[in-house]
Amino acid sequence: MALVLTDDQTMVRDSADGFFAAEAPVAELRRLRDANGGAGDATGFDRGLWAKMAEMGFAGVLVPEAHGGAGFGYVAAGLVQEAIGRNLSLSPLLSTAILAATALVRGGSPEQQARYLPQIASGERLFALAADEAARHDPHHVTTRAETSGNGFKLNGTKAFVLDGHVADTLIVAARTGGADDEAAGITLFLVDAKAPGVAVARRSMVDSRNAARVTLTDVQVDGADVLGAAGDGAAILDRVLDAGRACLAAEMLGVAGESFTRTVDYLKQREQFGVKIGTFQALQHRAAHLFCEVELARSATLRALVALDADEDRVPMFASLAKAKAGEVAKLSTDEGVQMHGGIGMTDDFDIGFFMKRARAARETFGDLAFHGDRLAMLMGY
Amino acid sequence: MADLETFRIETRAWLAANCPPEMRQSIAKDGDVVWGGRHADLTPPQRAWLDAMGAKGWTVPEWPKEYGGGGLSKDEAKVLVQEMRAIRARSPLASFGIWMLGPALLKYGNEEQKKEHLPKIARGEIRWCQGYSEPGAGSDLASLRTSAVVDGDDYIVNGQKVWTSYADKADWIFCLVRTDMAAPKHLGISFLLFDMASPGVSTSPIKLISGYSPFCQTFFDDVRVPRANLMGTAGKGWDIAKYLLTHEREMIGDLDDGRRSLSQIAVKALGEAGVAPLRSDIVRHEINALAFGLTMERVKDETKAGQGTGALSSMLKYYGTELNKQRQELLMSVGGSDSLAWSGTGEVDTSRHWLRSRANSIEGGTSEVQLNIIAKRVLQLPGA
Ligand SMILES: Cc1cc2nc3c(=O)[nH]c(=O)nc-3n(C[C@H](O)[C@H](O)[C@H](O)COP(=O)(O)OP(=O)(O)OC[C@H]3O[C@@H](n4cnc5c(N)ncnc54)[C@H](O)[C@@H]3O)c2cc1C
Repeated sequence: MALVLTDDQTMVRDSADGFFAAEAPVAELRRLRDANGGAGDATGFDRGLWAKMAEMGFAGVLVPEAHGGAGFGYVAAGLVQEAIGRNLSLSPLLSTAILAATALVRGGSPEQQARYLPQIASGERLFALAADEAARHDPHHVTTRAETSGNGFKLNGTKAFVLDGHVADTLIVAARTGGADDEAAGITLFLVDAKAPGVAVARRSMVDSRNAARVTLTDVQVDGADVLGAAGDGAAILDRVLDAGRACLAAEMLGVAGESFTRTVDYLKQREQFGVKIGTFQALQHRAAHLFCEVELARSATLRALVALDADEDRVPMFASLAKAKAGEVAKLSTDEGVQMHGGIGMTDDFDIGFFMKRARAARETFGDLAFHGDRLAMLMGY
Repeated sequence: MADLETFRIETRAWLAANCPPEMRQSIAKDGDVVWGGRHADLTPPQRAWLDAMGAKGWTVPEWPKEYGGGGLSKDEAKVLVQEMRAIRARSPLASFGIWMLGPALLKYGNEEQKKEHLPKIARGEIRWCQGYSEPGAGSDLASLRTSAVVDGDDYIVNGQKVWTSYADKADWIFCLVRTDMAAPKHLGISFLLFDMASPGVSTSPIKLISGYSPFCQTFFDDVRVPRANLMGTAGKGWDIAKYLLTHEREMIGDLDDGRRSLSQIAVKALGEAGVAPLRSDIVRHEINALAFGLTMERVKDETKAGQGTGALSSMLKYYGTELNKQRQELLMSVGGSDSLAWSGTGEVDTSRHWLRSRANSIEGGTSEVQLNIIAKRVLQLPGA
């Protein structure tokens, strides 16, 4: 599988680039953040935009054509995410179109797929993944209990970091039907109606103006038909869902890093000090040139992970961790340098570059940072 | 695709029959690397392997057949590399002729020069050295002063080169000379090929911090070189010099020579006392090494699809050599006090390889110079 885009993928890239630059540029993020007298928009994104994203085929990017989606695959999903990263566009794409679509395609029963996948593609139902329980990512650390009750289960527990949880119609909850607290075996995934009795959702907006809810489940009754995949075997599905999310977050961070870099290089060509453009200073030139190389490396690692997902390769975990780790570090470097090379103006809220730094920080933390993925990679490579 | 599979099966069978078992062991010492040339002193298996590969043109798989190459497509060449790697076959020939001069000859040489030199490079008969740097012309290479003055059918060459790798072992030199003293510095340079056995050529080895002496000072004292040995046009040598450097840089930056990754080394070493604290340093290096390897792969795929980006050789040279230095540093750490050994019993190469790797970010244009090139050509920063 060559590491180049096909003609179809190039078309998706071009249409995503044009779409997000026109419909959801950084100014939109600022508008939503500052809405309601500074309290922020209640939804956290523009539902009109999401409807248009569905029309464009972005919401159904991973939904097979048989279920009303575009079925473009992960490389294409990554290209959409990259455009989102460049424009810092707010949308439920990651939670619904990537995480939930992957969960349903990999683990859903024919009935679940027939019911939910068309609703993802059309944009009418929003999902959220309720997996992490601690502040640091640790996906197999699941203490939420699912005890048999009637013809189904009763769920009890707390989920700490549920992206888009405040708007989700359906939660995908990882709960334990067996096994010890940190074991992979015994984890089961459930489709839970967010309005069901016993579900409490506390919204928290984050440094990057996105939302992650704390979800508490108290004696929440779910039907046996709402188990996603086989009971006790949820970890395999969850790992793949997370890897898809990691690769697509890497793509988003690549967009963040690339755009922050472009804006910074432009600034080096405009700003004058000591009677010359600051871009003439070699100390800055070399840092910019180094950053150029780093962005290229992040691009290669990200593309490789997305290609691995499309081909369902055995090495998906390895390449997803590599992409997440590398793109995260590059997004950090690019946004740190971006703020630093803009000087004082880079620190002002009126100026956009800081938004990139904030998004990079949150995206790095989401689904595992360098330390997490470095550790995972070492284990996957046998040490 | 079916053709490629057939090619793979045939290649596998041919390699099985023709690669001597001794040539399937990893390179352990400097003498294991075959450089060829008039004075080459090869073991029988080295000779057999070089001759077999040379006869097929597989020392230079993608060069045209008429010049001693294999005439393979990029895909076929990739299959050959994969199949050689699968049996851990050594490269039959290391050569500046293959890595640097050959590509420049193919692009800028005239028909006679190509017919004369390329097949001998392919078969490892002539060993080449690179006469670029001078005492006063390093990073600012275009300020070189070695002169070549026309005298009848010849040039008379005078001057001094320095850091000329293997000048004392090479048969021929590709050399940058100034043929026009009055022209602006980039426009008076020409690209000459000549025999190191010519009267007036002398070399004197220089010792490196690694203890080895792979490079020399090279002196030219009224050396007569036929004008027919001028490559390209007089005064246009700088274009050739730069083209050749892009190949040199990609070669130096390329870490993908089939050696063991740090991860593979770590799998064993982490069992030993005191190594565990290095685990995260190792994996962080590996993250960059893997991403770099994928970038080499992506660049090749994009070039094949006609989508190349500019100044890539500078990026690959800069990043690849800095990574290799980091790798050698970590290998020293993994080896602990053992890796400090310089002579005596046991392994003494680790320290020498570590020291040798420091040159990677100097030779072929320093890291700073590569960053300058990226800043100028790719980022188009002012004054760069
Ligand atoms: C092991 C080895 C093998 C070699 N083999 C060969 C060979 O076979 N043939 C050959 O011709 N040459 C060879 N070289 C020479 C090599 O190409 C030069 O050493 C190199 O180009 C640097 O030149 P210099 O040594 O004069 O350093 P200088 O140019 O004097 O550089 C000194 C320092 O100044 C920095 N510097 C210089 N200019 C700038 C600038 N504009 N901006 C920022 N920093 C700058 C450099 O990066 C470096 O850090 C070899 C060198 C080594 C170490």
